[in-house]
Amino acid sequence: MSNLLTETYHVAWGDLMFFKHNFWNILVMSVMSPLLYLIAFGYGLRSGQTDIGVSYVAFVIPGIAALSSLSSSFSSTATRMNVQRLYYRSFDEMMMCPLSLPAIVLGKSVLGLLRGMLSCFLIYFLGLFLAPELVLSPLVIICILLACMVFSMLGMMAALLAKSHQSMATLNSLLILPMTFLCGTFFSVSSLNPVFQAILYCMPLTHASEIIRASALPDYLDFPWMSLVVLVAFGIAFFAIDLYLLKTRKV
Amino acid sequence: MDAASEGDRGGLRMENIIEIKGLVKRFGDKTAVDGLDLSVRKGELFGFLGPNGAGKTTTLRCVSTLTGFDSGSIVVAGFDLLKNPAEAKSRMGVIQQQVSLDKDLTIRENMISHAMYHDIGKAERNKRIKELSDFFGLEEYLDKPVDSLSGGWKKRAAIVCTMLHHPEVLFLDEPTSGLDINARRLLWDVIKNLNDDGTTIILTTHYIEEAEALCDRVGIIDKGKIIALDDPQSLCERVGKVAVECHSGGKTDYRYFKSREEANTYASSLEGDVSIRATNLEDVFVEMTGKSVGGQK
Ligand SMILES: Nc1ncnc2c1ncn2[C@@H]1O[C@H](COP(=O)(O)OP(=O)(O)OP(=O)(O)O)[C@@H](O)[C@H]1O
Ligand SMILES: [Mg+2]
Repeated sequence: MSNLLTETYHVAWGDLMFFKHNFWNILVMSVMSPLLYLIAFGYGLRSGQTDIGVSYVAFVIPGIAALSSLSSSFSSTATRMNVQRLYYRSFDEMMMCPLSLPAIVLGKSVLGLLRGMLSCFLIYFLGLFLAPELVLSPLVIICILLACMVFSMLGMMAALLAKSHQSMATLNSLLILPMTFLCGTFFSVSSLNPVFQAILYCMPLTHASEIIRASALPDYLDFPWMSLVVLVAFGIAFFAIDLYLLKTRKV
Repeated sequence: MDAASEGDRGGLRMENIIEIKGLVKRFGDKTAVDGLDLSVRKGELFGFLGPNGAGKTTTLRCVSTLTGFDSGSIVVAGFDLLKNPAEAKSRMGVIQQQVSLDKDLTIRENMISHAMYHDIGKAERNKRIKELSDFFGLEEYLDKPVDSLSGGWKKRAAIVCTMLHHPEVLFLDEPTSGLDINARRLLWDVIKNLNDDGTTIILTTHYIEEAEALCDRVGIIDKGKIIALDDPQSLCERVGKVAVECHSGGKTDYRYFKSREEANTYASSLEGDVSIRATNLEDVFVEMTGKSVGGQK
Protein backbone atom coordinates (compact mmCIF):
# COMPACT_ATOMS: atom_id res chain seq x y z
CA MET A 1 0.00 0.00 0.00
CA SER A 2 2.72 2.47 0.99
CA ASN A 3 4.52 1.21 -2.07
CA LEU A 4 1.56 2.19 -4.25
CA LEU A 5 1.43 5.61 -2.64
CA THR A 6 5.15 6.21 -3.17
CA GLU A 7 4.88 5.17 -6.79
CA THR A 8 1.81 7.33 -7.26
CA TYR A 9 3.75 10.27 -5.89
CA HIS A 10 6.66 9.52 -8.22
CA VAL A 11 4.31 9.44 -11.21
CA ALA A 12 2.60 12.64 -10.11
CA TRP A 13 5.77 14.55 -9.26
CA GLY A 14 6.32 16.02 -12.72
CA ASP A 15 2.71 17.18 -12.88
CA LEU A 16 3.06 18.75 -9.45
CA MET A 17 6.05 20.72 -10.73
CA PHE A 18 3.95 21.76 -13.71
CA PHE A 19 1.28 22.92 -11.28
CA LYS A 20 3.85 24.86 -9.30
CA HIS A 21 5.36 26.55 -12.36
CA ASN A 22 1.97 27.63 -13.63
CA PHE A 23 0.25 28.30 -10.34
CA TRP A 24 -0.99 31.86 -10.99
CA ASN A 25 -2.11 31.01 -14.45
CA ILE A 26 -3.99 28.01 -13.19
CA LEU A 27 -5.52 30.02 -10.38
CA VAL A 28 -6.95 32.61 -12.72
CA MET A 29 -8.21 29.98 -15.12
CA SER A 30 -9.76 27.99 -12.29
CA VAL A 31 -11.77 30.86 -10.95
CA MET A 32 -12.78 32.46 -14.23
CA SER A 33 -15.40 30.13 -15.60
CA PRO A 34 -17.17 29.27 -12.35
CA LEU A 35 -17.33 32.97 -11.60
CA LEU A 36 -18.89 33.70 -14.97
CA TYR A 37 -21.44 30.95 -14.47
CA LEU A 38 -22.27 32.37 -11.07
CA ILE A 39 -22.78 35.87 -12.42
CA ALA A 40 -24.70 34.78 -15.50
CA PHE A 41 -26.95 32.17 -13.93
CA GLY A 42 -26.98 33.15 -10.30
CA TYR A 43 -27.63 36.83 -10.73
CA GLY A 44 -28.35 37.51 -14.36
CA LEU A 45 -31.11 35.06 -15.01
CA ARG A 46 -32.96 34.25 -11.87
CA SER A 47 -33.38 35.31 -8.36
CA GLY A 48 -35.74 34.56 -5.54
CA GLN A 49 -36.66 31.31 -3.85
CA THR A 50 -36.45 27.74 -5.14
CA ASP A 51 -38.98 25.09 -4.21
CA ILE A 52 -36.66 23.58 -1.62
CA GLY A 53 -36.78 26.85 0.28
CA VAL A 54 -33.35 28.33 -0.40
CA SER A 55 -32.33 31.22 -2.62
CA TYR A 56 -31.40 30.33 -6.18
CA VAL A 57 -27.84 31.44 -5.52
CA ALA A 58 -27.55 28.95 -2.68
CA PHE A 59 -29.01 26.32 -4.98
CA VAL A 60 -26.77 27.04 -7.91
CA ILE A 61 -23.40 27.35 -6.14
CA PRO A 62 -23.10 23.65 -5.30
CA GLY A 63 -24.16 22.97 -8.89
CA ILE A 64 -21.39 25.20 -10.19
CA ALA A 65 -18.94 23.45 -7.86
CA ALA A 66 -20.06 20.14 -9.35
CA LEU A 67 -19.67 21.32 -12.92
CA SER A 68 -16.26 22.78 -12.09
CA SER A 69 -15.22 19.43 -10.72
CA LEU A 70 -16.11 17.98 -14.09
CA SER A 71 -14.76 20.60 -16.44
CA SER A 72 -11.62 21.39 -14.51
CA SER A 73 -10.57 17.88 -13.47
CA PHE A 74 -11.54 16.30 -16.75
CA SER A 75 -9.85 18.80 -18.98
CA SER A 76 -6.66 19.22 -16.93
CA THR A 77 -5.99 15.52 -16.84
CA ALA A 78 -7.07 14.93 -20.42
CA THR A 79 -5.15 17.85 -21.90
CA ARG A 80 -1.94 17.26 -20.04
CA MET A 81 -1.97 13.56 -20.80
CA ASN A 82 -2.77 14.14 -24.43
CA VAL A 83 0.10 16.55 -24.79
CA GLN A 84 2.50 14.22 -23.00
CA ARG A 85 1.34 11.29 -25.06
CA LEU A 86 0.98 12.74 -28.54
CA TYR A 87 3.41 15.68 -28.58
CA TYR A 88 6.09 15.39 -25.93
CA ARG A 89 6.12 11.58 -25.94
CA SER A 90 7.21 11.77 -22.35
CA PHE A 91 4.29 9.51 -21.57
CA ASP A 92 6.08 6.75 -23.48
CA GLU A 93 9.15 7.37 -21.38
CA MET A 94 7.13 6.78 -18.28
CA MET A 95 5.52 3.65 -19.68
CA MET A 96 8.97 2.17 -20.26
CA CYS A 97 9.77 2.40 -16.57
CA PRO A 98 8.99 -0.31 -14.06
CA LEU A 99 5.89 1.34 -12.57
CA SER A 100 2.70 -0.44 -11.64
CA LEU A 101 -0.35 0.45 -13.70
CA PRO A 102 -2.56 1.41 -10.73
CA ALA A 103 0.14 3.87 -9.67
CA ILE A 104 0.12 5.37 -13.15
CA VAL A 105 -3.68 5.76 -13.16
CA LEU A 106 -3.69 7.34 -9.72
CA GLY A 107 -0.58 9.45 -10.26
CA LYS A 108 -1.75 10.82 -13.56
CA SER A 109 -5.08 11.77 -11.95
CA VAL A 110 -3.47 13.91 -9.29
CA LEU A 111 -3.12 17.04 -11.40
CA GLY A 112 -6.80 16.96 -12.40
CA LEU A 113 -7.77 16.27 -8.82
CA LEU A 114 -5.82 19.28 -7.58
CA ARG A 115 -7.08 21.65 -10.23
CA GLY A 116 -10.64 20.46 -9.78
CA MET A 117 -10.40 20.97 -6.03
CA LEU A 118 -8.94 24.41 -6.54
CA SER A 119 -11.83 25.42 -8.82
CA CYS A 120 -14.50 23.91 -6.60
CA PHE A 121 -13.23 25.35 -3.36
CA LEU A 122 -12.63 28.81 -4.77
CA ILE A 123 -16.24 29.01 -5.90
CA TYR A 124 -17.54 27.30 -2.81
CA PHE A 125 -15.76 29.62 -0.41
CA LEU A 126 -17.12 32.57 -2.32
CA GLY A 127 -20.52 30.91 -2.06
CA LEU A 128 -20.25 30.69 1.72
CA PHE A 129 -20.25 34.50 1.83
CA LEU A 130 -22.99 34.96 -0.73
CA ALA A 131 -25.41 32.34 0.52
CA PRO A 132 -25.68 31.86 4.28
CA GLU A 133 -27.67 28.65 3.82
CA LEU A 134 -24.53 26.82 2.62
CA VAL A 135 -22.42 24.91 5.14
CA LEU A 136 -18.88 23.66 5.04
CA SER A 137 -18.64 20.18 6.50
CA PRO A 138 -16.34 17.19 6.07
CA LEU A 139 -19.06 15.61 3.95
CA VAL A 140 -18.95 18.52 1.48
CA ILE A 141 -15.20 18.13 1.19
CA ILE A 142 -15.46 14.38 0.69
CA CYS A 143 -18.12 14.80 -1.99
CA ILE A 144 -16.10 17.36 -3.92
CA LEU A 145 -12.95 15.30 -3.63
CA LEU A 146 -14.74 12.22 -4.88
CA ALA A 147 -16.26 14.06 -7.82
CA CYS A 148 -12.89 15.53 -8.83
CA MET A 149 -11.19 12.15 -8.65
CA VAL A 150 -13.90 10.45 -10.69
CA PHE A 151 -13.80 13.08 -13.43
CA SER A 152 -10.03 13.15 -13.47
CA MET A 153 -10.00 9.43 -14.20
CA LEU A 154 -12.65 10.02 -16.85
CA GLY A 155 -10.31 12.58 -18.40
CA MET A 156 -7.56 9.99 -18.46
CA MET A 157 -9.88 7.58 -20.19
CA ALA A 158 -10.68 10.18 -22.84
CA ALA A 159 -6.99 10.94 -23.37
CA LEU A 160 -6.15 7.27 -23.75
CA LEU A 161 -8.95 6.77 -26.26
CA ALA A 162 -8.33 9.92 -28.26
CA LYS A 163 -6.34 9.40 -31.44
CA SER A 164 -5.74 13.11 -31.89
CA HIS A 165 -6.36 16.47 -30.34
CA GLN A 166 -9.35 16.90 -32.61
CA SER A 167 -11.15 13.85 -31.31
CA MET A 168 -10.76 15.26 -27.80
CA ALA A 169 -12.46 18.46 -28.89
CA THR A 170 -15.33 16.49 -30.41
CA LEU A 171 -15.77 14.46 -27.26
CA ASN A 172 -15.78 17.65 -25.29
CA SER A 173 -18.62 19.22 -27.21
CA LEU A 174 -20.67 16.05 -27.58
CA LEU A 175 -20.43 14.73 -24.06
CA ILE A 176 -18.85 17.08 -21.58
CA LEU A 177 -20.56 20.32 -22.54
CA PRO A 178 -24.13 18.90 -22.51
CA MET A 179 -23.39 17.21 -19.19
CA THR A 180 -22.19 20.53 -17.79
CA PHE A 181 -25.49 22.25 -18.38
CA LEU A 182 -28.03 19.49 -17.98
CA CYS A 183 -26.93 17.28 -15.13
CA GLY A 184 -28.69 19.00 -12.25
CA THR A 185 -26.20 21.83 -12.12
CA PHE A 186 -28.48 24.79 -12.84
CA PHE A 187 -31.87 23.23 -12.26
CA SER A 188 -33.22 20.31 -10.33
CA VAL A 189 -33.40 17.10 -12.31
CA SER A 190 -36.56 16.09 -10.44
CA SER A 191 -38.50 18.85 -12.19
CA LEU A 192 -38.03 17.13 -15.57
CA ASN A 193 -40.12 14.47 -17.26
CA PRO A 194 -39.28 10.87 -16.26
CA VAL A 195 -37.62 9.82 -19.53
CA PHE A 196 -35.26 12.75 -19.47
CA GLN A 197 -34.62 12.13 -15.79
CA ALA A 198 -33.73 8.52 -16.47
CA ILE A 199 -31.19 9.60 -19.08
CA LEU A 200 -29.63 12.18 -16.78
CA TYR A 201 -29.32 9.68 -13.95
CA CYS A 202 -27.03 7.66 -16.19
CA MET A 203 -24.53 10.53 -16.12
CA PRO A 204 -22.00 10.73 -13.32
CA LEU A 205 -22.30 14.51 -13.08
CA THR A 206 -25.96 14.27 -12.07
CA HIS A 207 -24.97 12.23 -9.06
CA ALA A 208 -22.09 14.54 -8.29
CA SER A 209 -24.44 17.55 -8.33
CA GLU A 210 -26.92 15.79 -6.09
CA ILE A 211 -24.44 14.79 -3.42
CA ILE A 212 -22.56 18.07 -3.41
CA ARG A 213 -25.78 20.07 -3.19
CA ALA A 214 -27.31 17.88 -0.51
CA SER A 215 -24.15 17.95 1.58
CA ALA A 216 -23.98 21.72 1.20
CA LEU A 217 -27.61 22.25 2.21
CA PRO A 218 -28.15 19.63 4.90
CA ASP A 219 -31.07 21.54 6.46
CA TYR A 220 -33.02 21.54 3.24
CA LEU A 221 -32.18 18.28 1.46
CA ASP A 222 -31.82 14.64 2.46
CA PHE A 223 -28.46 13.21 1.57
CA PRO A 224 -28.84 10.85 -1.44
CA TRP A 225 -26.66 7.96 -0.32
CA MET A 226 -27.58 6.07 -3.46
CA SER A 227 -26.00 8.78 -5.60
CA LEU A 228 -22.83 8.55 -3.53
CA VAL A 229 -22.71 4.81 -4.15
CA VAL A 230 -23.34 5.31 -7.86
CA LEU A 231 -20.57 7.90 -8.12
CA VAL A 232 -18.14 5.61 -6.33
CA ALA A 233 -19.14 2.88 -8.76
CA PHE A 234 -18.44 5.21 -11.68
CA GLY A 235 -15.04 5.91 -10.14
CA ILE A 236 -14.21 2.22 -9.84
CA ALA A 237 -15.37 1.63 -13.39
CA PHE A 238 -13.24 4.47 -14.79
CA PHE A 239 -10.25 3.23 -12.81
CA ALA A 240 -10.70 -0.25 -14.22
CA ILE A 241 -11.15 1.02 -17.78
CA ASP A 242 -8.02 3.18 -17.46
CA LEU A 243 -6.07 0.15 -16.27
CA TYR A 244 -7.40 -1.87 -19.15
CA LEU A 245 -6.56 0.81 -21.71
CA LEU A 246 -3.02 1.16 -20.38
CA LYS A 247 -2.53 -2.55 -20.42
CA THR A 248 -3.77 -3.10 -23.96
CA ARG A 249 -2.31 0.07 -25.43
CA LYS A 250 -1.95 -0.62 -29.12
CA VAL A 251 -0.10 2.42 -30.39
CA MET B 1 17.72 -9.08 -6.27
CA ASP B 2 16.23 -12.04 -4.43
CA ALA B 3 16.99 -15.68 -5.11
CA ALA B 4 13.61 -16.41 -6.65
CA SER B 5 13.86 -13.85 -9.39
CA GLU B 6 17.47 -14.81 -10.01
CA GLY B 7 16.15 -18.28 -10.70
CA ASP B 8 13.74 -16.89 -13.30
CA ARG B 9 16.67 -15.67 -15.32
CA GLY B 10 17.22 -19.22 -16.46
CA GLY B 11 20.83 -19.77 -15.50
CA LEU B 12 23.16 -17.14 -14.24
CA ARG B 13 25.49 -16.75 -17.16
CA MET B 14 23.61 -15.57 -20.19
CA GLU B 15 25.32 -15.25 -23.48
CA ASN B 16 22.47 -13.37 -25.07
CA ILE B 17 21.08 -10.34 -23.33
CA ILE B 18 18.31 -9.94 -25.89
CA GLU B 19 16.54 -12.85 -27.48
CA ILE B 20 13.75 -12.19 -29.90
CA LYS B 21 12.02 -15.15 -31.49
CA GLY B 22 9.42 -15.03 -34.24
CA LEU B 23 8.33 -11.49 -33.44
CA VAL B 24 5.25 -10.41 -35.39
CA LYS B 25 3.63 -6.99 -35.15
CA ARG B 26 0.74 -5.94 -37.35
CA PHE B 27 -0.94 -2.59 -37.75
CA GLY B 28 -4.32 -3.45 -39.20
CA ASP B 29 -3.53 -5.56 -42.26
CA LYS B 30 -0.02 -4.13 -42.54
CA THR B 31 2.67 -6.36 -41.09
CA ALA B 32 5.42 -4.10 -39.75
CA VAL B 33 7.52 -6.85 -38.17
CA ASP B 34 7.23 -10.23 -39.79
CA GLY B 35 8.62 -13.14 -37.81
CA LEU B 36 11.84 -11.46 -36.74
CA ASP B 37 14.49 -13.49 -34.90
CA LEU B 38 17.37 -11.73 -33.24
CA SER B 39 19.86 -12.43 -30.48
CA VAL B 40 22.17 -9.79 -29.14
CA ARG B 41 25.12 -10.83 -27.01
CA LYS B 42 25.94 -9.31 -23.69
CA GLY B 43 28.37 -6.43 -24.05
CA GLU B 44 27.87 -6.15 -27.76
CA LEU B 45 27.42 -2.99 -29.79
CA PHE B 46 24.79 -3.98 -32.28
CA GLY B 47 23.64 -1.96 -35.27
CA PHE B 48 20.27 -2.19 -36.87
CA LEU B 49 20.14 -1.01 -40.45
CA GLY B 50 17.26 -0.94 -42.88
CA PRO B 51 15.36 1.28 -45.28
CA ASN B 52 12.61 3.65 -44.12
CA GLY B 53 9.62 1.69 -42.93
CA ALA B 54 11.58 -1.56 -42.55
CA GLY B 55 10.38 -2.02 -39.01
CA LYS B 56 13.34 -0.90 -36.92
CA THR B 57 11.45 1.50 -34.70
CA THR B 58 8.54 -0.90 -34.39
CA THR B 59 10.89 -3.67 -33.24
CA LEU B 60 12.44 -1.36 -30.64
CA ARG B 61 8.99 -0.29 -29.49
CA CYS B 62 8.02 -3.91 -28.99
CA VAL B 63 11.17 -4.66 -27.03
CA SER B 64 10.75 -1.56 -24.90
CA THR B 65 7.12 -2.52 -24.12
CA LEU B 66 5.73 0.62 -25.73
CA THR B 67 3.57 -1.48 -27.93
CA GLY B 68 2.25 -5.01 -27.68
CA PHE B 69 3.03 -7.59 -30.32
CA ASP B 70 0.91 -10.19 -32.08
CA SER B 71 3.14 -13.20 -31.59
CA GLY B 72 6.65 -14.28 -30.75
CA SER B 73 8.69 -13.90 -27.59
CA ILE B 74 11.14 -11.36 -26.27
CA VAL B 75 13.59 -12.04 -23.46
CA VAL B 76 15.64 -9.19 -22.00
CA ALA B 77 18.50 -10.00 -19.61
CA GLY B 78 16.86 -13.34 -18.96
CA PHE B 79 13.41 -11.93 -18.24
CA ASP B 80 10.50 -12.66 -20.50
CA LEU B 81 8.87 -9.38 -21.43
CA LEU B 82 5.34 -10.69 -21.05
CA LYS B 83 5.90 -12.56 -17.81
CA ASN B 84 8.30 -10.21 -15.99
CA PRO B 85 7.86 -6.78 -17.57
CA ALA B 86 9.02 -4.80 -14.54
CA GLU B 87 12.27 -6.77 -14.17
CA ALA B 88 12.97 -6.47 -17.88
CA LYS B 89 12.15 -2.75 -17.91
CA SER B 90 14.46 -1.91 -15.04
CA ARG B 91 17.36 -3.38 -17.00
CA MET B 92 16.92 -1.43 -20.17
CA GLY B 93 16.96 2.14 -21.33
CA VAL B 94 15.54 3.49 -24.55
CA ILE B 95 16.30 6.68 -26.43
CA GLN B 96 13.41 7.17 -28.81
CA GLN B 97 13.69 8.43 -32.35
CA GLN B 98 11.99 11.69 -31.38
CA VAL B 99 13.09 13.67 -28.36
CA SER B 100 10.71 12.69 -25.61
CA LEU B 101 11.29 15.11 -22.78
CA ASP B 102 8.43 16.85 -20.98
CA LYS B 103 8.63 20.40 -22.32
CA ASP B 104 6.70 21.89 -19.41
CA LEU B 105 9.54 20.96 -17.07
CA THR B 106 13.18 21.92 -16.83
CA ILE B 107 15.96 19.55 -17.82
CA ARG B 108 16.70 18.79 -14.18
CA GLU B 109 13.06 18.13 -13.42
CA ASN B 110 12.91 15.73 -16.33
CA MET B 111 15.88 13.90 -14.89
CA ILE B 112 14.47 13.80 -11.38
CA SER B 113 11.19 12.55 -12.72
CA HIS B 114 12.97 9.72 -14.51
CA ALA B 115 14.94 8.81 -11.45
CA MET B 116 11.70 8.67 -9.50
CA TYR B 117 10.09 6.38 -12.05
CA HIS B 118 12.96 4.02 -11.35
CA ASP B 119 12.66 4.55 -7.62
CA ILE B 120 16.21 5.84 -7.23
CA GLY B 121 16.77 7.41 -3.81
CA LYS B 122 17.40 11.12 -3.47
CA ALA B 123 21.12 11.02 -2.67
CA GLU B 124 21.91 8.51 -5.39
CA ARG B 125 19.74 10.45 -7.82
CA ASN B 126 21.52 13.75 -7.25
CA LYS B 127 24.89 12.06 -7.52
CA ARG B 128 23.98 10.41 -10.82
CA ILE B 129 22.52 13.60 -12.27
CA LYS B 130 25.65 15.53 -11.34
CA GLU B 131 27.96 12.83 -12.67
CA LEU B 132 26.20 12.40 -15.98
CA SER B 133 25.47 16.04 -16.70
CA ASP B 134 29.10 16.93 -15.96
CA PHE B 135 30.13 14.28 -18.41
CA PHE B 136 27.82 15.64 -21.12
CA GLY B 137 28.56 19.27 -20.34
CA LEU B 138 24.94 19.85 -19.41
CA GLU B 139 25.46 21.60 -16.03
CA GLU B 140 24.61 25.07 -17.23
CA TYR B 141 21.42 23.90 -18.92
CA LEU B 142 20.04 21.92 -16.03
CA ASP B 143 17.58 24.54 -14.83
CA LYS B 144 16.52 25.74 -18.25
CA PRO B 145 13.26 24.79 -19.90
CA VAL B 146 13.61 21.99 -22.44
CA ASP B 147 12.78 24.14 -25.44
CA SER B 148 15.63 26.56 -24.81
CA LEU B 149 18.07 23.80 -25.81
CA SER B 150 18.94 22.87 -29.37
CA GLY B 151 18.19 19.41 -30.75
CA GLY B 152 21.59 17.97 -29.99
CA TRP B 153 21.57 19.14 -26.40
CA LYS B 154 18.06 17.80 -25.90
CA LYS B 155 19.30 14.46 -27.17
CA ARG B 156 22.11 14.51 -24.63
CA ALA B 157 19.68 15.36 -21.87
CA ALA B 158 17.47 12.50 -22.99
CA ILE B 159 20.43 10.16 -22.81
CA VAL B 160 21.21 11.27 -19.28
CA CYS B 161 17.60 10.56 -18.28
CA THR B 162 17.84 7.09 -19.73
CA MET B 163 21.18 6.30 -18.12
CA LEU B 164 20.23 7.27 -14.57
CA HIS B 165 19.23 3.77 -13.55
CA HIS B 166 22.35 2.01 -14.96
CA PRO B 167 20.59 0.02 -17.68
CA GLU B 168 22.30 -3.17 -18.83
CA VAL B 169 20.98 -2.69 -22.35
CA LEU B 170 20.59 0.61 -24.08
CA PHE B 171 18.51 1.07 -27.22
CA LEU B 172 19.15 4.10 -29.34
CA ASP B 173 16.81 4.78 -32.24
CA GLU B 174 18.68 6.97 -34.71
CA PRO B 175 20.62 8.72 -31.95
CA THR B 176 22.62 10.95 -34.25
CA SER B 177 20.06 12.00 -36.83
CA GLY B 178 19.90 15.77 -36.99
CA LEU B 179 23.10 16.28 -35.02
CA ASP B 180 26.03 18.30 -36.32
CA ILE B 181 29.32 16.57 -36.96
CA ASN B 182 30.87 17.54 -33.64
CA ALA B 183 27.86 16.45 -31.67
CA ARG B 184 27.79 13.21 -33.60
CA ARG B 185 31.45 12.47 -32.89
CA LEU B 186 30.87 13.28 -29.24
CA LEU B 187 27.91 10.95 -29.13
CA TRP B 188 29.93 8.22 -30.79
CA ASP B 189 32.49 8.55 -28.03
CA VAL B 190 29.75 8.42 -25.46
CA ILE B 191 28.32 5.30 -27.01
CA LYS B 192 31.73 3.64 -27.17
CA ASN B 193 32.51 4.58 -23.58
CA LEU B 194 29.23 3.18 -22.35
CA ASN B 195 29.88 0.02 -24.29
CA ASP B 196 33.39 -0.26 -22.85
CA ASP B 197 31.87 0.03 -19.41
CA GLY B 198 29.83 -3.07 -20.17
CA THR B 199 26.52 -1.70 -21.39
CA THR B 200 25.10 -3.62 -24.28
CA ILE B 201 24.04 -1.20 -26.98
CA ILE B 202 21.61 -1.59 -29.80
CA LEU B 203 21.30 1.30 -32.17
CA THR B 204 19.50 1.95 -35.40
CA THR B 205 20.93 4.34 -37.93
CA HIS B 206 20.77 5.47 -41.53
CA TYR B 207 24.43 6.49 -41.46
CA ILE B 208 26.41 3.59 -42.75
CA GLU B 209 29.69 5.06 -41.60
CA GLU B 210 28.24 5.16 -38.12
CA ALA B 211 27.51 1.46 -38.18
CA GLU B 212 30.94 0.79 -39.63
CA ALA B 213 32.68 2.92 -37.04
CA LEU B 214 30.81 1.63 -34.02
CA CYS B 215 29.21 -1.73 -34.40
CA ASP B 216 30.56 -5.16 -33.60
CA ARG B 217 27.73 -6.72 -35.54
CA VAL B 218 25.16 -5.36 -37.91
CA GLY B 219 21.70 -6.67 -38.72
CA ILE B 220 20.00 -5.56 -41.88
CA ILE B 221 16.24 -5.54 -41.68
CA ASP B 222 13.90 -5.22 -44.60
CA LYS B 223 10.12 -5.56 -44.66
CA GLY B 224 10.09 -6.67 -41.06
CA LYS B 225 12.62 -9.47 -41.44
CA ILE B 226 16.34 -9.74 -40.75
CA ILE B 227 17.92 -10.42 -44.12
CA ALA B 228 21.55 -10.38 -43.04
CA LEU B 229 23.38 -10.41 -39.75
CA ASP B 230 27.09 -10.45 -39.20
CA ASP B 231 30.08 -8.25 -38.44
CA PRO B 232 30.60 -5.53 -41.07
CA GLN B 233 33.70 -7.24 -42.45
CA SER B 234 31.97 -10.56 -43.09
CA LEU B 235 28.98 -8.85 -44.62
CA CYS B 236 31.24 -7.15 -47.12
CA GLU B 237 32.91 -10.45 -47.90
CA ARG B 238 29.54 -12.03 -48.41
CA VAL B 239 28.72 -9.55 -51.14
CA GLY B 240 32.24 -9.56 -52.53
CA LYS B 241 35.20 -7.73 -51.06
CA VAL B 242 35.95 -5.72 -54.18
CA ALA B 243 33.52 -3.36 -55.83
CA VAL B 244 33.61 -2.18 -59.40
CA GLU B 245 31.75 1.01 -60.17
CA CYS B 246 31.07 1.89 -63.73
CA HIS B 247 29.55 5.22 -64.73
CA SER B 248 28.23 5.26 -68.22
CA GLY B 249 25.17 6.60 -69.96
CA GLY B 250 24.18 8.72 -66.97
CA LYS B 251 23.89 5.85 -64.51
CA THR B 252 26.18 3.91 -62.25
CA ASP B 253 26.47 0.16 -62.25
CA TYR B 254 27.92 -1.76 -59.33
CA ARG B 255 29.38 -5.26 -59.43
CA TYR B 256 31.09 -7.10 -56.58
CA PHE B 257 33.88 -9.65 -56.73
CA LYS B 258 35.59 -12.07 -54.39
CA SER B 259 39.08 -11.04 -55.45
CA ARG B 260 40.98 -8.18 -56.99
CA GLU B 261 41.89 -10.27 -60.04
CA GLU B 262 38.29 -11.06 -60.91
CA ALA B 263 37.45 -7.41 -60.49
CA ASN B 264 40.29 -6.34 -62.71
CA THR B 265 39.30 -8.77 -65.41
CA TYR B 266 35.74 -7.50 -65.34
CA ALA B 267 36.80 -3.85 -65.23
CA SER B 268 39.01 -4.22 -68.29
CA SER B 269 35.99 -5.43 -70.25
CA LEU B 270 34.07 -2.22 -69.47
CA GLU B 271 33.80 1.07 -71.27
CA GLY B 272 33.26 4.39 -69.52
CA ASP B 273 34.43 5.71 -66.19
CA VAL B 274 35.41 2.68 -64.12
CA SER B 275 36.68 2.57 -60.57
CA ILE B 276 37.68 -0.32 -58.34
CA ARG B 277 37.54 -0.07 -54.57
CA ALA B 278 36.89 -2.06 -51.41
CA THR B 279 33.29 -2.97 -50.75
CA ASN B 280 31.76 -1.07 -47.85
CA LEU B 281 28.69 -1.52 -45.75
CA GLU B 282 26.77 0.84 -47.95
CA ASP B 283 27.27 -1.50 -50.88
CA VAL B 284 26.06 -4.37 -48.76
CA PHE B 285 23.03 -2.41 -47.75
CA VAL B 286 22.09 -1.42 -51.29
CA GLU B 287 22.83 -4.85 -52.64
CA MET B 288 20.66 -6.54 -50.06
CA THR B 289 17.77 -4.13 -49.75
CA GLY B 290 17.96 -2.23 -53.03
CA LYS B 291 15.54 -4.50 -54.81
CA SER B 292 12.76 -3.26 -52.58
CA VAL B 293 13.44 0.44 -52.94
CA GLY B 294 11.39 1.56 -55.89
CA GLY B 295 11.55 -1.94 -57.34
CA GLN B 296 15.00 -1.59 -58.90
CA LYS B 297 18.62 -1.84 -57.93
N1 LIG C 1 1.33 3.39 -35.32
C1 LIG C 1 1.36 2.85 -36.55
N2 LIG C 1 0.23 2.62 -37.23
C2 LIG C 1 0.26 2.06 -38.45
N3 LIG C 1 1.36 1.69 -39.09
C3 LIG C 1 2.53 1.90 -38.48
C4 LIG C 1 2.60 2.49 -37.18
N4 LIG C 1 3.89 2.56 -36.80
C5 LIG C 1 4.60 2.06 -37.84
N5 LIG C 1 3.78 1.67 -38.84
C6 LIG C 1 4.20 1.04 -40.10
O1 LIG C 1 5.10 0.01 -39.82
C7 LIG C 1 6.16 -0.01 -40.75
C8 LIG C 1 7.49 0.01 -40.03
O2 LIG C 1 7.69 1.29 -39.46
P1 LIG C 1 8.93 1.67 -38.56
O3 LIG C 1 8.65 2.99 -37.97
O4 LIG C 1 9.21 0.55 -37.65
O5 LIG C 1 10.07 1.79 -39.64
P2 LIG C 1 11.58 2.21 -39.43
O6 LIG C 1 12.39 1.04 -39.88
O7 LIG C 1 11.81 2.70 -38.06
O8 LIG C 1 11.72 3.39 -40.48
P3 LIG C 1 12.54 4.77 -40.39
O9 LIG C 1 13.90 4.43 -40.88
O10 LIG C 1 11.84 5.62 -41.36
O11 LIG C 1 12.50 5.27 -39.00
C9 LIG C 1 5.95 1.18 -41.66
O12 LIG C 1 5.42 0.71 -42.87
C10 LIG C 1 4.96 2.03 -40.95
O13 LIG C 1 4.11 2.65 -41.87
MG1 LIG D 1 12.39 4.49 -37.22
